[in-house]
Amino acid sequence: MSTIPNSSPTVTKSHKPRLAVFKFASCDGCQLQLLSCEDELLSLADQLEIVHFIEASSQIEQGPYDIALVEGSITTTSDRGRIQTIRQQSKTLITIGACATAGGIQALKNWADHAEFARSVYANPQYVETLSTSTAIADHVRVDFELRGCPINRLQLIEVLQSLLADRRPRTPAHCVCLDCKRRGTVCIAVASDEACLGPITQAGCGAICPAYNRGCYGCFGPAAQPNCDYLADWYLQDRMSAAKLVPLLRNFNAAAPEFRDCGDRIDPNSDSGESL
Amino acid sequence: MSDYRGDQVESDSLRRLNKDEFDKLIKMLADQGYTVLGPKVRDEAIVYEEINGLADLPQGYRDDQQPGRYRVAQVGHNNYFEFNVGPQSWKQFLFPPKLTVGTAERDPASGWTFATPNQQPPKMAFVGVRACELAAIAVQDRVFMQGPYVDPDYRARRESLMLIAVNCTVAAATCFCTSTGTGPKCQVPFDLAFTELEDSFLVEIGSNRGDALVDQLVTVAGADLDRKRAERLQQRAAEQIRKHMDTSDLRDLLQQNSEHPRWDSVASRCLSCTNCTMVCPTCFCSSVHEVSDLTGDSVQRERVWDSCFNIDFSYMADGVVRNSRRSRFRQWLTHKLASWHDQFDSSGCVGCGRCITWCPVGIDLTEEVAAIRAEPSTNRQLPATQPEKTICVVPERARP
Repeated sequence: MSTIPNSSPTVTKSHKPRLAVFKFASCDGCQLQLLSCEDELLSLADQLEIVHFIEASSQIEQGPYDIALVEGSITTTSDRGRIQTIRQQSKTLITIGACATAGGIQALKNWADHAEFARSVYANPQYVETLSTSTAIADHVRVDFELRGCPINRLQLIEVLQSLLADRRPRTPAHCVCLDCKRRGTVCIAVASDEACLGPITQAGCGAICPAYNRGCYGCFGPAAQPNCDYLADWYLQDRMSAAKLVPLLRNFNAAAPEFRDCGDRIDPNSDSGESL
Repeated sequence: MSDYRGDQVESDSLRRLNKDEFDKLIKMLADQGYTVLGPKVRDEAIVYEEINGLADLPQGYRDDQQPGRYRVAQVGHNNYFEFNVGPQSWKQFLFPPKLTVGTAERDPASGWTFATPNQQPPKMAFVGVRACELAAIAVQDRVFMQGPYVDPDYRARRESLMLIAVNCTVAAATCFCTSTGTGPKCQVPFDLAFTELEDSFLVEIGSNRGDALVDQLVTVAGADLDRKRAERLQQRAAEQIRKHMDTSDLRDLLQQNSEHPRWDSVASRCLSCTNCTMVCPTCFCSSVHEVSDLTGDSVQRERVWDSCFNIDFSYMADGVVRNSRRSRFRQWLTHKLASWHDQFDSSGCVGCGRCITWCPVGIDLTEEVAAIRAEPSTNRQLPATQPEKTICVVPERARP
């Protein structure tokens, strides 16, 4: 054990960074993760000023903001304009969750006739104004950091906020779920059973939960770095499952993430519109 | 560490004991303060976990292993060890997946205090270690204890370790220890090595500690007939091995074929998912990082398993060094089978076949080696002037 004197006292900032949370087309689950940081929330509030967080407080302040957390995807023309304003007012813009980073589950409409969807859901679809696609925030404005997941992992959210406060690079993994399965001692269900698991092509972040409970990975955190989706799909199609089952597995919460989208389109004979934006 | 005896064990040192006595051995080890770890069926596989007696073992189980496929089933025999290595290796206990190696605490008055956690690793006994696994432990001993930098945690775990080995009597379709010269018969280091006969065990003593254990069990001298029965079973395992890897001049072959088209072929199949390195009993890569609380006043330095297949593993100031699946697979295979010789004076492969079984898409390194050997291209000869022990890494292209 060794001790060194405190030569550099903690830097006192002139003001606490102002944090804002914004919602687009989404279920709110990701911003709720910020509220789920129960133990850390007070400590966070010590270091950040939360000035715009409708889910938590009705006291809302105008921009500019130091940090904007953006949840949800772009599905309307008004949202397309609103994200531009938020970008202009925010020093650092971080997208959180599968909707904001890949278009979310609602991006399934990219493959379908959205007018038909509106007709089947709403009695008076003429009042619904919507785009024909659901797209990621990064398709519209410059994004400083994308935090994946459906929902995001609150520990990763803390890590990202902490890294901003400390002015360092956030440490979030680019590797796939398999590494985390092995670290926690889970038996590989892709090899030891007939389950189709997306773990080998999916970015880690969840802690490899599903395989630990004998379920294949659903790909909630989107494609890992340089994923080989095509070969894994071809392997599963050999004798494990049909394209009719594998395509929906790829077209899930991260359906429109380019690597999952392209692989699903390649093996789906009926697909032609996923790429059209 | 045990005073392991030489390779040649006199046949008159063989003892025979009945299966109840083996149960007594497990309990005796626990009484002596060992955490006893051994094979157990869990989640459709044979894994290594704490065991309390013979009843915990996979009696009657067999495994069926193919590239990218593993199944276990009860097949009707009564033996406790009639299966081959599974998804885990013993390295998880000697080189844990996650370890806190240091802490730092900041106090407003006195400043930073750095400490090394006072780790008291458990005293462990491994029961059911196979020949290839003994060889793997010997490889990791060289990596962690016999180089210039000794890993104190590994050494502490290793020095108190009791190694109870078992000779394989069957082989999986993915086994190839006969090619790597590491099995199927157990070679030292071991304290005891058992061969399971129908009604009893034959035990070979590998150290004085092992001898002392056997002294406390009811045994009889192994008869010539017992020895022959054991040898026949070991022979059966050897004959069941179908997979082969020609290791002659393998180091030079791979190093002279660093631009072979086969690397492109394997890159089209490889998922770069890290599974082969995680299940490999000799792969030893890790990353160390600091984890702090929100105030930044309390920091833990953690070591976690990492892999050359992780794109971030080769991230350096200039970007990612191995920025393609091709370069990462080539790094793994050429390190394991070629430059390992330069680094540790042995191959890094013990022929256990785990990387073949547990590759989610069934990539078989023996086939990759055979393909390169079939059509070697001397595309990039190592310059004659290059010093033998230098491993030179050139960035392929910076990360976008």
